[in-house]
Amino acid sequence: MYESTDKVTPETQIIPPDSGPQRTENDIALSVSNVYKVFGKRPAEVIKRLKAGKKRDELTALGTAAVIDASFEVKKGEIFVVMGLSGSGKSTLIRTLNGLWAPTEGSVVVGGTDISKISDKELRRVRQQKISMVFQHFALMPHRTVLENAAYALEVQGVAKADRLARAEKVLNLVGLEGWGAKYPSELSGGMQQRVGLARALSAETDILLMDEAFSALDPLIRREMQEQLVLLQSELEKTIIFITHDLNEAMFLGDRIAVMRDGEIVQIGTPDEILTSPANDYVAAFVQDVDRTRVLTAGGVMEPALAVVNLSGGPRNALRTMRDLQVSAAFVVDRRRNYLGTVRDRDVMKQVEAHSSDLNSVIRKSIEPVSPETALNDLFGRAVESPIPLPVVNDAGRLVGALPRVTLLAALGNVPSTTGEFPVVDTAVAPIPKQMVTDALAKTEGDA
Amino acid sequence: MEANFRIPLGDWVEVGLDWLTTTLDGFFLLVRTVLVSAYDGLEWLLQAPPYWAIIVVFAAIAWWASGWKLGVGTAVGFLVIVGVNQWENAMNSLALVVIATVVAVVISIPLGIWAARSDRASAIIKPILDFMQTMPAMVYLIPALVMFRVGVVPGIVATIIFSMAPGVRFTELGIRGVDKEVVEAGHAFGSSPSKILRQIQLPLARPTIMAGVNQVIMLSLSMVVIAGMVGAGGLGGDVVASLSRIDAGLGFEAGIAVVILAIFLDRVTASFGTNATKKRSKK
Repeated sequence: MYESTDKVTPETQIIPPDSGPQRTENDIALSVSNVYKVFGKRPAEVIKRLKAGKKRDELTALGTAAVIDASFEVKKGEIFVVMGLSGSGKSTLIRTLNGLWAPTEGSVVVGGTDISKISDKELRRVRQQKISMVFQHFALMPHRTVLENAAYALEVQGVAKADRLARAEKVLNLVGLEGWGAKYPSELSGGMQQRVGLARALSAETDILLMDEAFSALDPLIRREMQEQLVLLQSELEKTIIFITHDLNEAMFLGDRIAVMRDGEIVQIGTPDEILTSPANDYVAAFVQDVDRTRVLTAGGVMEPALAVVNLSGGPRNALRTMRDLQVSAAFVVDRRRNYLGTVRDRDVMKQVEAHSSDLNSVIRKSIEPVSPETALNDLFGRAVESPIPLPVVNDAGRLVGALPRVTLLAALGNVPSTTGEFPVVDTAVAPIPKQMVTDALAKTEGDA
Repeated sequence: MEANFRIPLGDWVEVGLDWLTTTLDGFFLLVRTVLVSAYDGLEWLLQAPPYWAIIVVFAAIAWWASGWKLGVGTAVGFLVIVGVNQWENAMNSLALVVIATVVAVVISIPLGIWAARSDRASAIIKPILDFMQTMPAMVYLIPALVMFRVGVVPGIVATIIFSMAPGVRFTELGIRGVDKEVVEAGHAFGSSPSKILRQIQLPLARPTIMAGVNQVIMLSLSMVVIAGMVGAGGLGGDVVASLSRIDAGLGFEAGIAVVILAIFLDRVTASFGTNATKKRSKK
């Protein structure tokens, strides 16, 4: 039996919802080290005092420290979200990443180039070829058509007119604006205008995309749609995206990793699950309180070890004994390599035992679809309600990695630790066969084992 | 009450002016030649054809710029000018206004761009503009007279100085008022500052800049009368003459011609400024 060894591994627990197989470790798209940005009269003095331990509120007479000692690395193909309230310095931080603001101190390395050390001309080349940007209020040129706006990045790169318009047309189709190229931005809705902004950034064909509160000015429904489309586009185009937002739900939905900023400082960097389940301090904890957990937490993150597991080769008698010992009415069936096969009910197994059969395979039920560890809890409630037994969690390789009883879903919503072992792991929606009956049946057929 | 100290500001100005006229004589001569020939050319263009041909052209411009109402209004207005026997004067004044406006705009828009891009330039230019605009306009005429002698040129120069200020101010205001994010987008995609100016800032600031040009024209027209004092002729000449002869009738006739010219120029240039934006949102 596996129940004692079947602990949830840390790896499966921290799989973020959007991490795809394209993530390549140790491949850094952009790195920021010890960046300070101070506005005001005496920036150097402000940094000196900040390093000496002063708080930024004590130094307002000398200057305003918008970004304080920010360091992080963004991996290629990652969606890295910087989240913070207004005034937290996130917009300033993102503008140091493409040199719109030069950092007062520290370095920003984009694709191997330290952009704080290069000339204006070289910086323009970096912006043209490596890093593009999407703006909060779209920042489209009102005197140009949608197509011309989408082609703007290519125009700056010096691509010939016919070529750039053709390429921009393709990108417009990609973002769902087919046939809108001849219109002017003012004729489009906000969501569509931002699609143009996105098309303009995508047409530049840079590896890195900066998005500054890109969806904040949109209606909630449109925003949701754009978020989903962005995730989809990202998985197709494998861009590195640095996304700024003040909306925690958005951060949790989009981010492979999230950096939480407060008063110019990054207070925590982690996956959405990490931020949610182990906040670095009270500020982050208070911040994540209102997040919609069902969208962030995944089956893999909250699942329990599957206790009621029987091995196919163990036969009906072993299966029945396990179910009797655990006082459950059903169990998951796996093969020797722990591949998930289905479920068995105690009544069916009992019949097999009483019929002196050693075949467990014929009573396996396949009616319960296993769920993948990446599934958001949001999508599991309906299935949990319909299923009489816990939902089996099965990874991409087909192995059973855990189980999701309804009580675990509830516990996850209330942020109560649920892997205590005190909860019966298998629901008792169907009463198990009384213990004595099972023991009798087993005793009667002793010779079969 | 007379103070017991006296700043010899006036003496300084005269000394400065003397120095200017002697050392920069060649330059002033060049300016004078250019302005006189431009004015003469334009005046000839307006005077040589019969008045009805010019009226048809003006009415057509008004129609095209704004609509049939302004076209008809223009035709009627200019016929009134002909009717009060001010046609020749009006064309003189119009030539003066056009030349002064063109020069003022050519100087003021680059100055406005410079002021918009540099806070320091803005800080220097602003008080100079205030000075130029608030100094009684007639005061310009004296040095202009000294430098360029009697005739139409001191009138044009004084008009340029007096009317330049709104051109600079509106250009600066317009460019500074362009959506910062759009300019930022230009930078973020790696465009150069001069391209951002041409492709983003100037097109977006155009309505405001055109409002400035409109103001420049209006101020030039208001200077026309004063320019008459230094022999610039035109409608101003008749106004000054009517003043010295206490001839209310003549003064009113010349005055109404100024008003008609002003309305025509204002409406036409104003619609140039707004047309671009209207077309954009209608299309």
